Formats: sequence, C-alpha cells, structure tokens
Amino acid sequence: MNYTKEQIWQFLAEIPDPEIPVITIEELGVLRDVEILPDKVIVTITPTYTGCPAMKLFEDDIIKTLHSNGIENVEIKMVYSPAWTTDWMSDKAKEKLEKYGIAPPVSGSQDKGFLFESGPKTVRCPQCKSTNTTLKSQFGSTACKALYSCNNCLEPFDYFKCI
Amino acid sequence: MTTKEALINYCLRIGDTSLILGQRMSEWCSNGPILEEDIAMTNIALDHIGQARTMLTYAGELEGKGRTEDDFAYKRHEREYYNSLLSERPNGHFGDTVARNFLQSAYFYHLYSALSSSKDNMIAAHAAKSLKEVTYHLRHSAEWVVRLGDGTEESKEKIQTSFDEIWEYTGDLFEMNEVDDVLIKEGIAINQTEIKAKWDKTVDEVLVRAKLQRPKDAYMHSGRLNAIHSEYLGHLLAEMQFLPRAYPDAKW
Ligand SMILES: [Zn+2]
Repeated sequence: MNYTKEQIWQFLAEIPDPEIPVITIEELGVLRDVEILPDKVIVTITPTYTGCPAMKLFEDDIIKTLHSNGIENVEIKMVYSPAWTTDWMSDKAKEKLEKYGIAPPVSGSQDKGFLFESGPKTVRCPQCKSTNTTLKSQFGSTACKALYSCNNCLEPFDYFKCI
Repeated sequence: MTTKEALINYCLRIGDTSLILGQRMSEWCSNGPILEEDIAMTNIALDHIGQARTMLTYAGELEGKGRTEDDFAYKRHEREYYNSLLSERPNGHFGDTVARNFLQSAYFYHLYSALSSSKDNMIAAHAAKSLKEVTYHLRHSAEWVVRLGDGTEESKEKIQTSFDEIWEYTGDLFEMNEVDDVLIKEGIAINQTEIKAKWDKTVDEVLVRAKLQRPKDAYMHSGRLNAIHSEYLGHLLAEMQFLPRAYPDAKW
C-alpha cells in the first residue's frame, strides 16, 4: 500500500452526498473509519436512516474513488453503533445546507419527548431568514427531512430534521 | 433450544413485522389522501424496510447457511413468517391505517427503548438506531389519532370503529414462548409484560387526548409465535414475492 490512512481518508472526505451534493460524506458523519490491511482497505460507514436509499450510492462512490486512486481491494463495513445523529454535522456543513436551500438541524440531539412535540420551536427559512415558519409534515422529500413553509416569503422548504 | 436458535427466531419476529408493515405502507404510494401524507407513508415504509433488512441479514449470519435478506423476504411461505397479526391487517381507509400504525408503533417504541440495552450487541445497536425512526412514526400516527378522534363527527366515528375492529389483534403482540424465556435469561430480550404496561400507558394517553374510548379487552387472536396468520398475509406475500418467484435470481 502506497498510501497512509490520512491520504485515503482525504480521498473519501471529498465524496459528495449523492442527494445533497454541497456536503460531503465526511461532513455528514457517514464516514467512520479507514483501516489498511496488507491485502485490502476496509472503509467503515454508518447509515443515516436504516432505509436510506443513498447508502448504496455511498458504497459505490467509495469503491469508485479508491479504484481511481489505484486501490483495488476495498471492503465496506457497515456499523450501526453508535447510531448516526445530526449532532455530528459540523457548523460549516450546516451553513452550506442553508445556502443550498435546506434548513439545517436546529441545535443538538433529537427532538425528544416522544409524543406531540412537533420539532424544534423555530426553524429559519433558508430563503428570507424569517423564523415565522410552519411545520407542514414531519416527512419531506426524503426520510431525513421535514416539510416546512415560510409565512413571510411563502416559500415551502425542506428542514433537515434532528435525529 | 439454544440461545442461537432462539435469537434467530427473535430477529425474524422483529424483522418480519417491520417488513410486512413496510409492504403495507408502500401500498399507499400514490394513494394517499393528500400529497404530504402520501410522502409521509412511503417514507415510513422505507424506514420499516430498512429495519427489516438489518434484522433479516443478521438472522442469516447467525444461521450460517448463507441465506441473505432477500432469501428470507422472498423465499419463505406464510407459515415461516413471524410477523405480528396486527402488521398484516389490510390498510382499509386512512383511519384504519392510522389506528393500526399507532398501535404497532407504540409497541415498537417501547420494545426498542428496552432493547437498546440488550446484551446482544447487534440487537442493541439495531434498537438504538430504529428507536430514532419509530419515534417519528409514533408521533405521526398519534397526531392523526387525535386529529381524527377530536375532529368531525364522521371522523370520530370512523376512527373509533377502526380501533374497535382492530383491537382483537393487539393481544398477539405480547405473547411469549420458550424463545423469550431463553433470551430473557441471557439479558438479550425483554419480558413482554413490561412492554405491555408501557404500551397501555401510551395508548391510554393518546386515546384520552383524542376523546376516544379504549376498546374492552375481549377475545384476542393469537398466531405470531407459531407463524399462524390471517388470510391476508398470503395475498400480501403473493404480490411482494411475485417477481423473484416468477423470475428467480433476476437482477436489476
Ligand atoms: Zn421565507
């Protein structure tokens, strides 16, 4: 192996999320570990949601990226613990999300209190920055997003919900 | 019965219930009453199918005979399925689906809360992960129970009937057999009576808020533990398994 772990991590850190291309799989927190063995490289990832259809694309992109850097033998390991959380998302990633038109997850951890607490108090509209917004549905265009609409500019928008 | 045999069966109970409920929810795709709900229900379907994949894959690994998640999903007959009777109930109208999902989600919520500290690492990891997802499912269905129950005269009557009719399938959720005995002793599984107590509390809280009557416990169907099902599961499987059975080993 001609590469160090850090170099391989760098290759992988640049892979964009297939559905939200402004953030990378590293910023999202899906990329967990890289291990170099004599005969192969093991890349450990964790799913955002158990049924996330993007996971297969993550795997394909990781293998493609390493192949294009001459690393042929790649194994993908999926881990479930610790469970993925939006807390792992960096501030930089959150900024990029908002610029892209998706309201980033508000503050730490899950929206606890399991009944009748519909999301965080204020979600800011990524278009006009108004906090006068309304939750329309806990389930948006993908499992990780909720649907909001802005009462100020009247635009609907996706909110990356806390989990 | 060995711990491993018990654990394989336990994984199938959880995985099959997720799979069958996921399949039921996917039947709503393009049939939702409003666009937002169509999207919500198919998102929930996806979560359940994802949860099923983890459990069926793990069952295959434990078994060690090379069976994959697809083998479990597509190559078993109804008498080899261990899903809850509740999960296979037909969708009916939107209120029927809401009532069924609420009762099943409340069960999953308390089951996964408890199993997050299972002595089996994979079960614990799966439970902690899935808990985050079913929390949203529970909240979604509970909000609809309240909206319909405390809604118009017609919506109230309809959802009350939904609960009255489906109630006799809830007892099946909490039955136990030797599998539970073996796994509880090992600290892997949780006693269902503990889940039942918490489930009762959640169900009561939501029904009161919805101004609905909790149905009386009367005759309860049973079947899950022995893979005995209502007529509906066969029809569901016929549709779900059609392609892989008609074209074995077809690839996308
Ligand atoms: Zn706005």
